[in-house]
Formats: sequence, structure tokens, C-alpha cells
Amino acid sequence: MNLPTFEFTPALVVAIPLLGAFLTPLVSRINDKLRNIFVIIIMGLTGFFVFLLAYDVLAKGIKVYVFGANTADTIQSLENGLPLLRILFEVDAMSVLMAGISVILGFVAVIYSWSFMKENTGLDKYYTLFLLMIAGMLGMELTGDMFNFFVFLEITSIASCALIAFWTNKGKAVDAAFKYIVISAIGALFILFAVALLYSQYNALNIAVLGSMIQYTFLDKIALILLIVALLMKAGIVPMHMWLPDAYSRAPSSVTVALIGATLASLYGVLRVCFTLYGNSLSNICNNLNINVHSMLGTLLILLAIITIILGVIMALRQINFKRLIAFAAIAELGYMFLGIGTGLTVLGNPELAVYGMTALKGGIFHIINDALDVGLLFLVAGAIYYATRENSLNRMGGLARNLKYTTVFFLIGLLAVSGMPPMNGFASKILIYESTYQLSPILSIIAILCSILLLAVFVKVFYSAFMGPAQPKFKDVKEVPKSMLIAMGIITCIIIFIGLFPQFVINTVVTPAAEALVNFGGEKGFYINEIIESFTLGGV
Amino acid sequence: MLLFIAILDTFKLLLKTLSTNSGFWNPLVWCSVIVIAFLIVYSIRSFGNKEYKKDNEQVKTFLSGNPEYEKEQMHVKSSNVYWGFTETLKWVYNLLNKMHTGNVSDYVLWFVVTMAIFFILIGVMI
Repeated sequence: MNLPTFEFTPALVVAIPLLGAFLTPLVSRINDKLRNIFVIIIMGLTGFFVFLLAYDVLAKGIKVYVFGANTADTIQSLENGLPLLRILFEVDAMSVLMAGISVILGFVAVIYSWSFMKENTGLDKYYTLFLLMIAGMLGMELTGDMFNFFVFLEITSIASCALIAFWTNKGKAVDAAFKYIVISAIGALFILFAVALLYSQYNALNIAVLGSMIQYTFLDKIALILLIVALLMKAGIVPMHMWLPDAYSRAPSSVTVALIGATLASLYGVLRVCFTLYGNSLSNICNNLNINVHSMLGTLLILLAIITIILGVIMALRQINFKRLIAFAAIAELGYMFLGIGTGLTVLGNPELAVYGMTALKGGIFHIINDALDVGLLFLVAGAIYYATRENSLNRMGGLARNLKYTTVFFLIGLLAVSGMPPMNGFASKILIYESTYQLSPILSIIAILCSILLLAVFVKVFYSAFMGPAQPKFKDVKEVPKSMLIAMGIITCIIIFIGLFPQFVINTVVTPAAEALVNFGGEKGFYINEIIESFTLGGV
Repeated sequence: MLLFIAILDTFKLLLKTLSTNSGFWNPLVWCSVIVIAFLIVYSIRSFGNKEYKKDNEQVKTFLSGNPEYEKEQMHVKSSNVYWGFTETLKWVYNLLNKMHTGNVSDYVLWFVVTMAIFFILIGVMI
């Protein structure tokens, strides 16, 4: 199958939602229904271009797009000794995988919003902010420039903050948004400081160029720490996770689903910094000084991941607010991703365990996809229950399976998937993480499995409290949620089942190329730094 | 013919088993086993007593002779589920509750503490 490829695809992926964001208020003046259709079309178009880009990148390798100039002009500038300051996108398999996740979550969220948000006013602003957030996320994932990464991070954060506070009549939503913007602003400032440190030394902002030049000086170390810790906070790792349950539980459910994408975009930033920006320099340091910096960094990530898993699960077990409970479960799931990524980072340099390191990394990346879908589905179910009953407290729910039959089925699938029960998708990624982590230390694997069982217990409690038990008289008039919400949940459920039944297909098609793009093991299609440097003929700079 | 080969290749790719280096996972095999197990259970069940009578005394709830509460009161609330577990781990929850103050300045403090640990372990030690 030969799909058409367009030179401008990377730019269109960000430009379409950005343009859509600013057109939405205008369309909204014509008709509300037309606005909703317009936003769905915009998200559909963005998804189509992400799909085209994915096809292009997976078939031909890294795609570079220079804004405001063609590649030949850029090479000319470089040959004249000018620093590489153009805005450019560098898209590899990892970027496109993350873009795919963001666009699926965004698409599902806008379909869900049709009915879920229809009783709210100010929806023109809601959709504008929503599309801005999606554009920011996609920009973070596609950019090849550190400063632009910061800019897109800011766009995402500001739009997310406004969306978290969208239900301004609820004081707690405004409170959660305030906390989110404080945390985001601090994180972004530290990232900007790190970018300035790198720019002051190497006169470059391009990730590939920086990656080829970083010497791992003391300033580089500071930049590395600032970048990683700030992005870990934005990703919601323990002990910097506290903003996440507040934000996730107070935002409208459709926004929470998109927020998962924003959180994962920060996680992508951690991956880029560890593997691409500092990947080469850390490996060289390891070889020259016999000090394994990768190992140290990986061990730290594993430690944080284990704390994150345990704390996330234990806190989730006690929650009675449905969305807050899912938020803590989402934190635990983040721990699983970092466990896989940390294990990969730790053992990839060890020739004896390198194979398991790669498996762990694949497991971590695969779990990013699965977590986004599973947790996303659970948040949509929580939103559906709130829509039908106006209840968030599990203590006040019960017997809802009688009224919300489809929603109950969707919840059951989400429950099984997020708890890593076979044959769901969560199991496939978790088994990769368990088995590879076991080679590093069996205790890590045991903790991860036990916490997964506890996670199942958490969601069994939810299933019993919300859906089982005798019919509650106060819910006798509760009806199934509208079709658009069911369709949104149905789309995610279908993807979950597909990935669950054919995990190897997904791993072969998208996960392995993404993992190889990160660790530069990918031969002619995977060398991020080398390929981009070659494309700019940067040898003389 | 080419289309047929392409479809066949896609099917082959779909049916591949996931290898984890030390094990494997094939959900389709797992599902087949579950279906067979379900059929066996169903066939055993069909040997059961067919003279079950609906709407008589044997289907009424029996609470040691006590009267049945209202339906709403019969439901065990979420906060009571796993009571034993949370009660045993009360000291852990007390500790975690102290950690989760809900105060944004504490959130920033945790960020600073984590950054300090990273500085000590990566910036100074290596």
C-alpha cells in the first residue's frame, strides 16, 4: 500500500489544531452544532495527518521539516557558520507514537464533549482552549528544538490550566487550576534555565546538534538535572505528584482525558533528554571514565518508579471520590512506565543484560499507549456516571449496572485492562516489564506484580460500590448516557481489545521502532542524531 | 493476488506470539483455553438440579432471623470495603495524609527536595 506523502505533514499536524482553535469562536457564532462538528473534523484531520506522518516515518525514517526556509537554505546558513536557530520539527518513530496517542485522546475527548459539555456555557472558549492544548502537546512531541519544546510546553500548560478551571462555579476546580499553573510555571522556568545553560555553552538549541556536542561538563550536569526533575514533576512522579489528583479530579472528564496526553508529553520529554539529548555524551562518559551515569540515572528512575507504584496504589485504595481514585491509579501506572524505562536505561549498557534492557524499554513504551487508553476509558466512565447521577462519591453510588448497562461493560473492560488482567492490553505491556525487571532484580518484579494485584482490588471495590448491590431508589430514573459519550468510550474500548488480542502486531509496528529510535539501535532508520546531523551536513560546524 | 498476499501477511503478523525473552504470551491461545473451560463448566452445570422454584421462601434474604433493611441500607459503602486493610495500615495512611497537605507551597518543597537529591547523586557524586 502506497500512501501519498506530503512535505508539509509535520507542520500541518500542529497548524491544523492551531488554526482550528482560532476559528472555533467564529464558527461558534453561527451555530453550536456546527462548531461541534467543526472541532471533530479538525481533530479528525489532525489524526489523518498524524497517520500519514507515521506511515512516512515508519517506512522511510526520520522526517525533518524546517519552518520558514527550505532544507537547502538551512544547510547554506550552517555552512556559513551561522547557528542553527530555525524552528524545525524532527519526527522519529517515538515522536510519532506520542503524537498518535495525543491525537486519539483528543479525538475521543471532543466526541465525548458533544453531550457531556452541552449544558455548559462558554463552549467556544472551551473548544478553543482544547485545540490549543492539543496543538501544544503535538508541538512538544514533534519539535527538534529545545526552546520550542519550552514554548509548546507553556502553551499546553496555560491551555490546560484554563480548562481545569473551566467549571469556575466550583471553587475546588479553580484551586486545582491554581496549583497546576504554579507547578507548571516553576517546572517551565527550570526547563528554560536548563535550555539557557546549554545554549550559552554550545550556541545551539537543536536537540540533535546539542546531543552531538554535549561534553557532560558541570553545567551540562546541572542542565540535565533541571530538565529531568522539572519534566518528572510535570509527568506526575512521586513525590512531585500531588498536583495530579487535584487537577485530574476537578477538571471535566473530557479535559482529564486530554490532560493524560499532556502528562505523557512531559514523560516523552524525559525520554528525549535521557536517551537523545544526553544519550551519546553519557555513553561516552561511561566508556572513558568507567562510571556508568546511565546506570545511576536509571537506578534513580527505578527507585522513584517503585515509590510511585506503591504510593499510587495505596492511596487509590482509600479514595472515595471516583475520579481522585482513578488519578491515583494513573500515578501508579506512571510508575510502571518509569520502571520499564529506568530498567532499560540501567541495563542497556551492560552487554549481558542489554536484551532485557531493550525488552524493558519496549514494555515501558508499550505501557505508555496502554495507560493512556485504559486510564482514559476509566475517566470517561467516571464522567458518564457523573453525567447520569451527578455523583462523584463512591459512598453514594450503588446498583448502577441496572441503569447504565453499556457504561458498566466499558468500566469492566477498563478495570481488567488497567489492572493488567489477561487478555487485555495492560497485561501484555506489564508482562514485558515484569520479566525484564526480574533479570535486574526479582524484588522489583515482585513489588510490581503485588501492586498490580492491589490495583485490581482497588477497581473491584469501585465496581462493587458503583455498579453492584441492590438498586438504589434515588437512581431509579437514571438512564444510559447519550450516544456521543458511548461512541467515545466504545472507540477506546475497541482499541484496547485490539491491542490486547494482537500485542505483537502493535509492538512490531510502532513500539519497537520507537524504542530503537530512542536508543539509536535502529540502523538506517533509527539514528536520530546522526541522521539529522547528516541531513544538515553539519560536519564542519 | 497481490491483495490476497498482503491480507495473508497482515493476518500472519496479527497472529504472531509475543516473546518476552524468557517467556511468551499469546492472547488468542489464552482466549481459546478460556472458551473451552467455559464450555466444560457449562456442561457440568447442566447436570445440576432443574427443580429450582422461583418466588418462594427459599429465595428470600435470610439475615440470622433479623428483618431485612431497606435496599439502600443493605449496600456496603465504598469506605467500608477493605476496612481491615486500611485499619491495619492506619500508620501508613496517617503518614501519607500528612504528606498530602493540599498546600501548593508544600508541592514546590517536594520538588526542591527531589532536585536536591538528584544534585547530590548525579551532580556531585558522579
